[in-house]
Order: sequence, then structure tokens, then C-alpha cells
Amino acid sequence: MATFQRHRLTPWLLLSPQLAIVAIFFFWPAAQAVIQAFYVEDPFGLGRVFVAFENFTRVLASAEYYRALGITITFSISVALGAMALALLLAVLADRVIKGAHGYKTLLIWPYAVAPAVAGVLWVFMLDPELGLISAWLEAMGIDWNHQLNGGQAMALVIMASIWKQMSYNFVFFLAGLQAIPKSLLEAAAMDNAGPWRRFWTITFPLLSPTSFFLLVMNSVYAFFETFGTIDATTAGGPGGATRTLVYKVYEDGFIGYDLGSSAAQSVLLMLLVGLLTLLQFRYLESKVQY
Amino acid sequence: MLRIHHLGALTLGMAAAGLSLSAQSATEIAWWHAMGGELGKKVDEIAANFNESQDEYVVKPSFRGNYSETMTSAIAAFRANEAPAIVQIYEVGTATMMNAEGAIVPVHELMAESDLDFDPDAFLSAVTGYYTTSDGKMLSMPFNSSTPVVYVNRDVMAEAGVEEMPATWEGLGEALGTIVESGAAECGMTTTWPSWIQLENFSARHDIPFASEQNGFGGLDARLEINETAAVDHIQRLADWQQDGRFAYGGRFDEAAPSFYTGRCAMLMASSASLAGVRSNAEGFEFSVESLPYSSEVIETPQNSIIGGASLWVLEGQSDEVYQGTAEFFDYLSSAEVQADWHQFSGYLPITQAAYDLGQEQGFYDDNPGSAVSIEQMTGVAPTENSKGLRLGNMPQIRDTIEEQLEKIFNGDVEVQEGLDEAVRRSNELLERFQQANG
Repeated sequence: MATFQRHRLTPWLLLSPQLAIVAIFFFWPAAQAVIQAFYVEDPFGLGRVFVAFENFTRVLASAEYYRALGITITFSISVALGAMALALLLAVLADRVIKGAHGYKTLLIWPYAVAPAVAGVLWVFMLDPELGLISAWLEAMGIDWNHQLNGGQAMALVIMASIWKQMSYNFVFFLAGLQAIPKSLLEAAAMDNAGPWRRFWTITFPLLSPTSFFLLVMNSVYAFFETFGTIDATTAGGPGGATRTLVYKVYEDGFIGYDLGSSAAQSVLLMLLVGLLTLLQFRYLESKVQY
Repeated sequence: MLRIHHLGALTLGMAAAGLSLSAQSATEIAWWHAMGGELGKKVDEIAANFNESQDEYVVKPSFRGNYSETMTSAIAAFRANEAPAIVQIYEVGTATMMNAEGAIVPVHELMAESDLDFDPDAFLSAVTGYYTTSDGKMLSMPFNSSTPVVYVNRDVMAEAGVEEMPATWEGLGEALGTIVESGAAECGMTTTWPSWIQLENFSARHDIPFASEQNGFGGLDARLEINETAAVDHIQRLADWQQDGRFAYGGRFDEAAPSFYTGRCAMLMASSASLAGVRSNAEGFEFSVESLPYSSEVIETPQNSIIGGASLWVLEGQSDEVYQGTAEFFDYLSSAEVQADWHQFSGYLPITQAAYDLGQEQGFYDDNPGSAVSIEQMTGVAPTENSKGLRLGNMPQIRDTIEEQLEKIFNGDVEVQEGLDEAVRRSNELLERFQQANG
């Protein structure tokens, strides 16, 4: 304490690069969005009219918005849980491998290096109703795959692509978490006649809870925001708006429709929503985490 | 319009003039466009040829992504005072651009202020009509305009024993029925850009309104009418055909084309500018290019179809020299030689009568069967209020809204009338919104 009081400026000085980045890339644009949300403006910025809360009331009164909200919830839960469950499974398996462990790990981490749009395009190629490899297999099994027309299949496609993309990230953390668990605990449990299933749920899983919690927060944010590229490259929100998440709607209204006011209002609402979600996660879930 | 706030820039320019004298640099004209691949190379070639033809101006083309990305980046650049002189904007962005008074320089003003002779009558009105005011003044320079046509797999037709390509939708229904039943092809027809071809062009060709207020040419209070015209019957027809295989929905953009290339679908309705693509991909079968069918129950002689594609808009905020150079470039661009070359290379429509005549002289249309179909379909009859084009604000979103409902109709989620009612309701909200922001 005493040292800090003598160097009042030093901590600020050391923090300043980070603070500047946050201010320029987050607070400034966020403030702009908040201001924009109260105006109706033409795309070229030649004139703007103050409309108070009209942009918000209009958004909140539209059935489209709630539909996108519902889709976002389904999509986010599926992606977050799917990506975490699969990553955990793979991490547990990879943790037990002794021969060639490096090779497996590298291969499993690889998809993370693929850009979201590229990941999306890969899946589109494999599942193209006309030319796709997987869609041809599906057809042989009697499943008529056409994500250009079938909303459920389009949703499945974006969920799969998003999970595949995020799995590697989760895998790295889960694997590190697993390796940090002292072997002696597991060995002691094994000597007490606890089977692998029991050992996993009573020892491994609780000890992984800090990692799981961290990943839950990160995956929720990922599902809400970063899946934009994947959706844009695969379904562009279609068919019939079946994969139009809240973020995609913000983009469509703002950058294709040039309805800046409504788009800004939606991003403010989204900001509040994700803020609230993170708060809830910290408030209710964190208490269950054992550090 | 462009006078007062240029004074500042002018003083700056004069100060800079001393520097540039030594370098003897020509005036640079930035041209942002959305033409990728082969078309992009052609755009570079056109600019390079213009630059060689004189030494006062240098046109610098730069590729800015797809149409909507190009438009978004031009708007963002304008807001940051970094706008290019020329930007290529797709036809659905027209209303947004023309309502941006103070951001654009209408082409008729640009040409009037230059020292060039400019004859608006030299242009094909079916093409320029989309980009002129209701009293006939040209707002932007048409660049790449296309119109939908039908590509037909003649081998499949022959196999099914269908000799003639029917001119009407009614006849087409029978022909496609024969094709599908005979097993010559799995699917009858498919279409790219469903809203553009099956609703916007369907309405124009049958002289029925797509929207009130002369399709929006008359004012900002235009509202869609596609849920109360023969367009409803047409979508019903496609929905029925989707059930029995005579039609197969294939996506909102160009995704439907491969199903024609692979021979799965006997016919493809697509842009006339797809001709080159069809030619290089349709290996192993004969194909022909035909006019868009019409419904004899709705109209006796069909109207012209309408265009898609893009035009070149001039943005505010440049120096007088740049505008003079832009005018000269547009003059060069609309010359018969440049136009004929561009048109013959790309399959886009020529914008002047002279370019079309030149093509005929050169024997291009005889050597390339099918390439004149689109021009004849466009210019055969004088455009009416309903076939001049569309001028609706928020049109990119309106199209998305329509496509969304069409998808729901074709996969059986909603009834035709219900879907179109919903499309109209939501589109009208977008139109109200546009009116509010631009009124």
C-alpha cells in the first residue's frame, strides 16, 4: 500500500495503453451507438432527427425482433453447450493418450486457426445440396438435405460450423485444466475402488469448474457475437430468417438497410442483454465454482 | 450545389498547385466498383484505355467487394470526407442515392457543367429509364445492366419430345410437365434472384404495378402492391410446380445455376449477363437463350422486362477539374466502341443505340446466337409506368423480406397469399421508415 501511495501516477501510466485501447475501441463506439439510437438519420449523414425512444419502441414492438431473440437463444445454448461438451470429451480422451499425444493435440487445436468465414465456407461446400459430399451421403440415407430452403437444417448447419470452430479453443483450456489435476487424487480414488465414471464426476469435473465457468462466459460471448462471420458465409441469416440472430439483424438493418437508428438501438439492447447475462452468470454460477 | 463549401478546398488546392506543377501530375479520379474476377480486369482495361487516350486525367479503379459492401464503403467514406468521385451502385440502391441530395451530383448536371456535348437521346430509354427522374433527367450513368432471360437445355427438350420453347407460362407449364414426366430431367425449371425475376420482372412484363406511385417514381409514399395483383397467381403457380417437380427453388442469388449446368433442371431463368458463365459451364449439352415467358391470361402482348445491375454515381466533394474529368470519362464510356466491347465481352446490355448498331455491323449477334434476346426483350416495346423500373427506398431490405417469404412459401410453411401479405406489410414498414428519414 505504502509503495503505491508514493507512486500515484505509475499505475495509471502502466495502465494507460490498455485504457486507451478500451476507450478508443469500445467506449467511444459504444457511446456513438447510444447517441445514434435516439436519432433517425439518412445513410449519408446529411440530416438527423431526434426521435427520443422511438427506435427502441419500434424494435421492441416488432415480431421480427422477438423471433431473432428466440433464434439467438436456441443457437447460443446449442453452440455453447455443444462446443464445451465435445471439447471436454475430446480433452479427456486426449489426456489419456500417451503415444502420439502431440499429433492428436495439434490436430484438435487446428480448427481454431481457421477464420470464421472460411470455416463457414468449408461446411457449405460439404453440405451443398447440389455438389456437397455430405449431402450426397445424407441423400443416400434418405435424408433430403437442402439448407437453402429448410430452416431447421440451416440452423443445424450454422450450429455445427460454429461448434467446430470453437471446440479447439475449449479443448486447449480443458486439457490444461485436466493436466493441472494432481494425479495422486485420482490414484487415491482408484484405490478406494471408484470407477472411471465416478472418478470423473466426483473429482475431475468439480476441479474443472473454474475452467468450465470461464469457458461458459467466453462461449456465450462467442455464440452471441463472433459467430457472425460463420452465419454470413453460410446462410446469410436465411432461409426465411431462420438463422437470423440478433447480431446478424443488427448488421442487416445497419449495413444493408442503412437504418442506422434502429440498428444502433438494437446494438444497445444487445449490449445490455449480454451485460445482464454475464452478470447473472457471475452472480449465480460463480458461487458454485470451487477455486 | 457544389459551389460554396468548395471554396476552402479550392484555396487549399491552389496552395498545393505550386507543388504539383513540378510533378506535372494529371488529375486523379477515383472509381470504386464491385466488379470482381474477369469483369474487374475489363474495368481496369477500360480505365487504362481512357488514361492513354488523353493526359489530363487519370481514372483509378478500385475493387471494393460486392455491391452492398461497395455502397457501404462509399457511404462511410462520404461521411469521413474521403469519398471517391465515381462509385458503382446496384440498381436497388438507386432510391437511397437519388434521395441523398447534397451527397451526389446528378449526371445531367455534371454533363451540363462540363464543356461536352451530351445527348441523352442517344441512350436506350429502357436501360436509362431506371436511372432518370420522372421528367427524364439522367441521375446516374448506366454501366452494367442486364435483364432476365431463360436458358434452355435443348437436349433435354429433345429427349422429352418438346419441340418448341413455349412463349407463355401456360404453355411452359405443359412443356415442363412433359419433361418431368418423361424423366428427361428431374426438375423443370429453376430461377436465380427470385424476387427480381419472378416478382419485379413478372410485374413489369405484365404491365401491373409492383408498388403504388408508379413503382415509386412518383414519390416517397409508394407502397407495395404485389399481394393484390396477378403476381399472387404467379407465385401460386411456382408453389404448385415446386410440389410436382416442374420448379425447384434454388436460393436467393446465383446458387440455382449449377443445377442447370449439371442437367438436373431443364431450364434456368437468370440474368442475361450469365451467358458467359452458362456457355463455359454447360458442357455436354446444347442450350438456347429465350425470352422470359408471359402469362396470356394476364396480357396479350408482353411489356419489356426491367434491368438489374448497376450504374455509376458521382459523389459530392470533388474539385471542378475532377468533375470535368469525370464528365469526359463518362463521355468516353458511352462511346459506341467502348460500349459495344463491354457489352459483347460481358453480356451486359449496351446502353446506347449506337453500340447495338455497331454490334450488328460487326456481325456479333449472328456469330453469337442468344446474345440479342435480352436486347430485343428490353427494347421491343416502349416502357410504361409499370415497366420503367422500381424506385423504392430500402429496396435491398425489401428484397430480403420478399425472398424470406418466398422461401417460406416454397417450403410450405405459409400459404401464398399469407406470405405475400406479410412481405408487403413488412416492406411497407421499411418504406415508411425511409420516407421518415428522407422526407
